[in-house]
Amino acid sequence: MTKPSSVKKSRLLYDIFIHAFLLVLSVAWILPVVWLVMQSFREEKGAFISYIVPKGWTVANYVNLFTDTKLFNFPLWFLNTFIVAVFSCIITTILVLLTGYAFSRLRFKARKPLMNVILVLGMFPGFMSMIAIYHILKAFGLTQTLLALVLVYSGGAAMGYYIVKGFFDTVPRSIDEAALVDGCTKNQVFWHIILPMSKPVVIYTILTSFIGPWVDFIFVSVIMKDAYNKYTVALGLYQMLSRENIYNYFTEFCAGAVIVAIPITILFISMQKYYVGGVTAGGAKG
Amino acid sequence: MSNFLTKIKATLADVINAVIAFFVNYITFFVKGDYKTKLSYIVMGAGSFLNHQVVRGLAYLVFEIFFITYMVNDGSYFLRMLSSLGLKKQGEVFDEATGLYMVQRGDNSMLLLLFGVVAVVLWIAFICIHYNNVKHAYKNQCLIAEGKRPESFKEECQALLNERFHITILTLPAILTTLFTVLPLLFMILMAFTNFDKNHQPPGNLFTWIGFTNFHQVFVGNPLWVNTFRKLFVWTMIWAFFATFLNYIAGIVLALIINQKRVKLKKLWRTMFVITIAVPQFVSLLLVSKFLLDEGPLNGLLLQLGVIKHYIPFLSNALIAKITVIVVNLWVGIPYTMLICSGILMNIPQNLYEASLIDGASPFKQFTKITMPYMLQVTTPYLITQFVGNINNFNVIYLLTGGDPKTLGLYQAGETDLLVTWLYKLTVSEKNYALASTIGIIIFIITAVISLVAYNNAKAVKEEDQFQ
Repeated sequence: MTKPSSVKKSRLLYDIFIHAFLLVLSVAWILPVVWLVMQSFREEKGAFISYIVPKGWTVANYVNLFTDTKLFNFPLWFLNTFIVAVFSCIITTILVLLTGYAFSRLRFKARKPLMNVILVLGMFPGFMSMIAIYHILKAFGLTQTLLALVLVYSGGAAMGYYIVKGFFDTVPRSIDEAALVDGCTKNQVFWHIILPMSKPVVIYTILTSFIGPWVDFIFVSVIMKDAYNKYTVALGLYQMLSRENIYNYFTEFCAGAVIVAIPITILFISMQKYYVGGVTAGGAKG
Repeated sequence: MSNFLTKIKATLADVINAVIAFFVNYITFFVKGDYKTKLSYIVMGAGSFLNHQVVRGLAYLVFEIFFITYMVNDGSYFLRMLSSLGLKKQGEVFDEATGLYMVQRGDNSMLLLLFGVVAVVLWIAFICIHYNNVKHAYKNQCLIAEGKRPESFKEECQALLNERFHITILTLPAILTTLFTVLPLLFMILMAFTNFDKNHQPPGNLFTWIGFTNFHQVFVGNPLWVNTFRKLFVWTMIWAFFATFLNYIAGIVLALIINQKRVKLKKLWRTMFVITIAVPQFVSLLLVSKFLLDEGPLNGLLLQLGVIKHYIPFLSNALIAKITVIVVNLWVGIPYTMLICSGILMNIPQNLYEASLIDGASPFKQFTKITMPYMLQVTTPYLITQFVGNINNFNVIYLLTGGDPKTLGLYQAGETDLLVTWLYKLTVSEKNYALASTIGIIIFIITAVISLVAYNNAKAVKEEDQFQ
């Protein structure tokens, strides 16, 4: 059965229309990102130019970022962020995986009440406790240190156990029951059975907790105040766009932003599968 | 709704029963206990120690000694000061003995409150551990009466890796969460009942308890606060509504378009959109905010092209700024929904579409009658979290507009401020911690009520199993 040519034609038109539509949309979406990358290679000085494509191209912005450390010590901030990210990533991953395992697999009296308490705690706006955390850290003499940042990023991490629990819930219980019958302890079940089977969620947890310190600028600013040498990249870059610096440092900001954004973007795109799995798995369970 | 109320009643009953059981047990253990158990009430760990559980007994004892030392030295002082939050104001005081004015170091209300809360939390911890100690001593006594032997240290360690593994792995998370979430929250919640504002800043000044005055001021008392709260509340709700549902619907439509069989290069299109969520928000949103300035590149470009005669006040006119943030949020949020929903869309049974096609349904009808009901049912929890998340969506507003344009009619807030960015401004720039905490509690109540009601109604929908 052959279709009339007019139907074929309108189908083709529709196909072209759909693809053109997607092209326009994705250009609109990607434009600011492309603009950012182009600005980071821009030769002309100044904050903004009223045209999109720069007239001169240079890598000086990137070079300056790492060499000109008088006002903005980007290499140091980068190192700070890296140290904080590594440690908070380790602590967060351990806490979240253990908590997820406990709530998913172990049955104890306090389980339901604890989960409810965490649910309620999570409903308070995070910024509310910011000032209090600052004073608690101050009481320990920890403000303006990197340790404080690590503690802040990983301290409440256990409350974000939902995605991990959602994943553990999908691992068939019969497997660990068989292991328990064979004489494994629950500790061994966790390390030798559940953990190896949960690679996606482990990777997901490691990556998200590693990215966290790179993108937060609120808690850093509250804890570090004016200790410029303890800033992380996000807060440091944020300073570059203040009214008095933006004219001279806008292109450097773009360069710094590109350096931070590229690894994060690659990480995110490569793990989007786990990300979606995590969000929907948590959701379906309510 | 009635279902929901019975649930709350049941939870309350559970809590009350647990508290009653706690006290009944406390007395029973003492009445029925032998001398070891009775001794445990005073010397913690005695019931373990005398039954050859040396390590456990020592641990109880060390904790008791630590607790008593702390309470004698500092704790009791902080507990006493909790009722007044400090009496001595910093300043010069006439000293009668020497006849001179002496500089007096005042009490620091904030530290008194903080350490007062710490002392209360320690008391609670002490009571729990004391109860546990007595219970354990009684358990040992019962075991011996039955002719069994209390667990040895080695057996207890093994149990910690097996039957009591939850204690092993939850202790550290619990301690850290208490320190960095529970304690700060208690502290801030209490602050809502004080007058800790710009004029009552420690260490120079004292602040004290004022009960529900702050809540009264926000709801009826202070016209400026009332006005600000009402306006920001309405805007927060409008914002959350549009930010959630526009993103949701547009994201689903985009996912549907890309999911069509005829669309080539599906992966490329998806990646193009996903890049925007991957770029950190402090970069992308800050850039967009600069991009949209009155003298920014976008206005410059449009002026050059002759599309407009005057610049468009994207972020400086109250109404346009509100529309701008919603539109920019579409830019942030649509890829997000697309990413989440793509997979779910593919799970919709295809025969539903085929059947509707035979019945002559238009694509629009298919969307409203098949796709949306299915999606709504599957993604309700996601929608609820999104809505609550948007009420607290700090980043988009703070980075894009910073709450601006400013206005005189509002107290320390701009036209596009949400309640949560207002809270932030109140703490960081205005130092009105009492009001900020009050707003925080109100936000909590709003989000809690919305999610509780929504979840309960969503469960009712789920039970109908329309699609199975």
